[in-house]
Amino acid sequence: MCGIVGLFAKTPEVEANLGALLAPMLHEMSDRGPDSAGVAFFRNPVESGHTKLTLQHDDPAYDWDALRKALKEAHGADKHVERRGNHAVVVAHADAVRAEAWIEEHHPDVKIMSAGEAIEIYKEVGRPEAFIEAFDIQGLNGTHALGHTRMATESKVTTAGSHPFSTGLDLCLVHNGSLSNHNGLRRMLRREGVRFQTENDTEVAAGYMMWRQREGDTLQQVVDHCIEDLDGFYTFLIGTRDGFAVVRDPIACKPAVLAETDEWVAMSSEYRSIATLPGAEKATAWEPAPAALYMWEKERV
Amino acid sequence: MATATDSEVVDLAVTPLRELNQRLHDAATGGPRSWRIVNPNGAHAIAVGIDAEIDVTIAGHTGYYAAGMNKHATVTIEGNAGVGVGENIMSGRIHVKGNASQACAATGRGGLVVVDGNASSRCGISMKGVEIVVKGDIGHMSGFMAQSGTLVVCGDAGDALGDSIYETHIYVRGSVQGLGADCIEKELKEFHREELGRLLAAAGADATVDEFRRYGSARQLYTFTIDNAGAY
Repeated sequence: MCGIVGLFAKTPEVEANLGALLAPMLHEMSDRGPDSAGVAFFRNPVESGHTKLTLQHDDPAYDWDALRKALKEAHGADKHVERRGNHAVVVAHADAVRAEAWIEEHHPDVKIMSAGEAIEIYKEVGRPEAFIEAFDIQGLNGTHALGHTRMATESKVTTAGSHPFSTGLDLCLVHNGSLSNHNGLRRMLRREGVRFQTENDTEVAAGYMMWRQREGDTLQQVVDHCIEDLDGFYTFLIGTRDGFAVVRDPIACKPAVLAETDEWVAMSSEYRSIATLPGAEKATAWEPAPAALYMWEKERV
Repeated sequence: MATATDSEVVDLAVTPLRELNQRLHDAATGGPRSWRIVNPNGAHAIAVGIDAEIDVTIAGHTGYYAAGMNKHATVTIEGNAGVGVGENIMSGRIHVKGNASQACAATGRGGLVVVDGNASSRCGISMKGVEIVVKGDIGHMSGFMAQSGTLVVCGDAGDALGDSIYETHIYVRGSVQGLGADCIEKELKEFHREELGRLLAAAGADATVDEFRRYGSARQLYTFTIDNAGAY
């Protein structure tokens, strides 16, 4: 089954309260995905040339300060480490390639959840309400955010197998559905140099999108290629540096509801998540058409 | 419309859904005739399986399969309805004041389903006698394998309308993005004009018969015909 939620802020008030607004939406989707939960928040962008990394370690008492100090000596790093559950956000004064390579070489037991200027990804196995509590999702601000509750079908229930998936800078994907040709696509993408951490079908879709973007596709072209090459069922919510996009497969049997007011744009698998938002009763609500791209982007200041 | 003063009010914020549905099932043998359900908040399977001439108003949005398998009851949803509203309706009337999600009135055998807003994909899929009036638009693959009954659309219809249709009558006032396999435009005969006029009146739709076009089966895809019986 799985549940998807997304919220895009149109006002500074919604930006300031993004986590407090998204958390009840995610909680409402617990029945659709009790195995694991995750979110991607786009917030507090770092300066160009720096890289914000969301890192994870299975040990909740992991010494993130020691990692940060070592990173600072190697490449430079921000003073502050923001901890959330067993995740931590550090800012490297280096480009993403060098920052990620340094982590992989010196801290191979640390998993990189996301990298970019604004993106932060948090995800964990267990009930969504426990995840919301442990990671203090209510306390997050941001310009836009995506969330997912998982009912695993294609691969194991692990932290790495939870959504959102990110294989590109400031790019992530949440998915409701299943893909049937992911093994073949994964082999093809590995030949193209795309790396995968799991046997999960959604990670392949995320890798596919990253590969198409690397080949020069616009988001519309990425989606057109997805519709051509991905075999299976999907409602995708795609998070980018500046906004999010929704696309459903041509049969569109996986649910999706969009709603918009002057304050926000919301997406969910079911209306009941959107009903938790202030002003929902006055929102324009509709179901996205099959094989069509819906996109909201914020202008960069 | 039933008012709160003469209705049995059930608050789904405090009453478990199973308890509500059991009480509505028990209405077959007596009890209140008018019900008002508050705080539905998109819960699934609200008011499913009623078999009594009662009047039920749901004050808000419903989740999946609201008023499914309905018999005799009049159910009004004062909001949007999720997937499969009125699935397998047998008789009675369901009125959605907002939009309906996918598979509205799927496999319905009888009764009337009215949607004031839009219905999304697969509206009336495999319908078997239900009458459906949608005042707005309907999504793609609506009336897929529709067997009998009537589907009236006051707005536009999405792609692949009436794919593999059997004997359902489809009336569309607006545009049709595309017809499915074996679905064709057909003549609006006097019988159809009467049927359409009756349904528009029953639904309180602001439209006139002359604005509609009729679609139905070309009868080329039937895989079982008595003439071919020897081949099976």
